[in-house]
Amino acid sequence: MIPPAALMLADGRLPWGGHAHSGGVEAAVARGWVHDLGSLAAFARGRLATAGLTEAALVAATVLRSSDSVSWEELDAEASARIASPALRLVSRKLGGQLLRVARTTWPDRRLDGLAAASPPPGPHRAVALGATAAGAGLSPSEAAACAAYDAVAGPCAAAVRLLGLDPFAVTRLVAEMGDQVAAVSGEAAQAAAGPLGDLPAPAATLVEVAAEDHARWEVRLFAS
Amino acid sequence: MRGGRCAFLRPDRETFRVGIGGPVGSGKTALVAALCRALSAQLSIVVVTNDIFTREDAEFLQAEAVLPPERIAAVETGCCPHTAIRDDISANLQTVEELEARFAPVDLTLIESGGDNLTLTWSHALVDAQVFVLDVAGGDKLPRKGGPGVTTSDLLVINKTDLASLVGADLAVMARDSRARRGDRPILLTSLVTDPNATDVAAWVRDQLASYGQASSRIREKPWP
Repeated sequence: MIPPAALMLADGRLPWGGHAHSGGVEAAVARGWVHDLGSLAAFARGRLATAGLTEAALVAATVLRSSDSVSWEELDAEASARIASPALRLVSRKLGGQLLRVARTTWPDRRLDGLAAASPPPGPHRAVALGATAAGAGLSPSEAAACAAYDAVAGPCAAAVRLLGLDPFAVTRLVAEMGDQVAAVSGEAAQAAAGPLGDLPAPAATLVEVAAEDHARWEVRLFAS
Repeated sequence: MRGGRCAFLRPDRETFRVGIGGPVGSGKTALVAALCRALSAQLSIVVVTNDIFTREDAEFLQAEAVLPPERIAAVETGCCPHTAIRDDISANLQTVEELEARFAPVDLTLIESGGDNLTLTWSHALVDAQVFVLDVAGGDKLPRKGGPGVTTSDLLVINKTDLASLVGADLAVMARDSRARRGDRPILLTSLVTDPNATDVAAWVRDQLASYGQASSRIREKPWP
């Protein structure tokens, strides 16, 4: 069966603050990039192929390396190097800190204590926190990567329903239809995780990162990112 | 209140945290400003606002010059103000802890909700006490409708009493219905127009602080430069 911890980590109800992040959709809506179901689908596919793959590979690599001899600093540097936008690097650390808080209560593990000790506020990168959490909860690299890849799609889609009033059933179907792509990205991520850290995938969407920098400076915004 | 339900999360916490919630427009931000005005000479205070317009409340408080701007932070709630103070408090907790660490020792943290409706309630892991703010312009039948804010908050404030005659609200009915809902829990009728320092509410906060068991021995002059 699917490990219950994987279901929990993929569940939007896990209280680590994800509900307040749109995965770039709020900025994309403001720029007219996302305005209906079709444009949301294109955005979600792009996010999965870029930030989603990058994140999932880092998560899987962290699971593989989560032992007592892990170098959190090295993983942290690899994560930082893959997020060009300073605003998104900060978002990644805030979410990582928030996930670590939930994880240390939910799945206590000395590696999580080690990660917390090695991570000054606001916290470790999200991908590192998710990988360490998944390892502590006994998940495999590919299971953990699937959680990250799914979230890369489900997060922005949920935000688009709130921002645009899109048909929630149609958006849910869109997420389901991307299942094969989510699985493929998870597999690719898990495979890459076995190689050198420096060779992990690093695709990014430059315009989305530029929009994120702009979004972080908005006077009025509903989502934190 | 010390040693209450939140004690297992932060047994060493010195700061008393008060949540201020209530429907949009009931005067939450004005009450926060009044409390800062009344208490900031003796207490070290920080404020976290969850308003849907993220910067607006913070700027209002800054414009009132009741607190230095760096002691006020805004949290985005992703269109779900209830979630951020009840189900998934991680972003609020992170922000509160950052402010409390930065300005340590902090006596009082005021967390203002984004404002919504009568179903609003707070997590006991986020606040030690809850203040629910209604206003007479919302109609004098509001207390009769009940809801967790009216029924179980530690203090119910019925604000804008100066408008009662203008909007045809019967204060006696509001007080009677509130008592019926709340039993012995306190109710205060306020007008921040006639009493800009919210004297009674400030006195209630002082009492709570004293029973929380720390600030009474640490009261001091303005600690910031």
